[in-house]
Amino acid sequence: MDTHTHLPEEIAHAAGDLKEHPTWSTYWKVALILTVITAVEVWVYYVPAFVASRLFVPFLLIMSALKFGIVVLFYMHIRYDHKLFRALFVGPLIVAMVTLLALLFLFGHLSFGHPGAIVR
Amino acid sequence: MSTTTTSHHYTSTGLDNRKIAIWAFIGSECMLFASLISTYLVYKGRSPNGPFPHELWKDPSTGQIFKPILNIPVTSMSTFVLLMSSLAMVLALAAVENKNLPKRTVGEKILGSSKLWLAMTALLGATFLGFQAFEFTSFVHEGLTIKTNLFGSSFFTLTGFHGAHVTAGVIWLLTLLMIDFKRGLGPQDTISVDIAALYWHFVDVVWIAIFTLVYLIR
Repeated sequence: MDTHTHLPEEIAHAAGDLKEHPTWSTYWKVALILTVITAVEVWVYYVPAFVASRLFVPFLLIMSALKFGIVVLFYMHIRYDHKLFRALFVGPLIVAMVTLLALLFLFGHLSFGHPGAIVR
Repeated sequence: MSTTTTSHHYTSTGLDNRKIAIWAFIGSECMLFASLISTYLVYKGRSPNGPFPHELWKDPSTGQIFKPILNIPVTSMSTFVLLMSSLAMVLALAAVENKNLPKRTVGEKILGSSKLWLAMTALLGATFLGFQAFEFTSFVHEGLTIKTNLFGSSFFTLTGFHGAHVTAGVIWLLTLLMIDFKRGLGPQDTISVDIAALYWHFVDVVWIAIFTLVYLIR
């Protein structure tokens, strides 16, 4: 059996699929990568020296963003889909991220480091 | 006259309107969860009294010292379960798409069984909900409710909303599984399974963000 996934042409067009979907082996590899990243995230949580360092939060945020991106690209197959679907997802995601960051600035959880800024 | 009808819903874009709708819905859900996560982060560290997520806390009435309330090992397991449910979901979608292809080996039959992977996804989703029920119950027993402090209010609201989404997803998956048992899902049902899969993966990516921002970052 071919390990590629196939869509009937008519359905594939209606679904907006522009490229062939990943193979089953790709799905398993993606799951393995996600598991390893999660294990690393949890491991660093228990390393006091790393938790105390300035790298801890950026490292976790990068790992989380990486997992987020992998799931969206491969499991939600956004990289294989029509650009309209990409826009419908990425547009609101940008609005959401900007709103989140704006609120954190507004309530003093983030700052540009000017005198008098509340830094937690 | 042929009695065969197609169930595809075309729009002026040439794309299926159900798929456009699910992406638009997911976009709006991004903003909903961003507002809930923002609320949690804005209130983080501003509760005057415990329990706290990552710090030791003292009960003012008894003076007893308690450990941080979050249970990282349990939540790590539930995170792993949800990640694996996404794998099961893509395998279910691939099995539906490839339903008509011949399956010669046992491995091909297993990979090509949409019933197996749909049931597996629903089971893993239900397991995640079981972990969440365990976590919520233990928090209540340790004195943290939605009314206790700012952490409790924002935490239960955020994770509760996510749990409600997982519950809706499990019901959706069970519905697809019932249809699969009743008449069998095939390539003509690809879009129906695809939109359920997109919803399920979205629930997964939201948890990826929650796990890091709420549970791991101190």
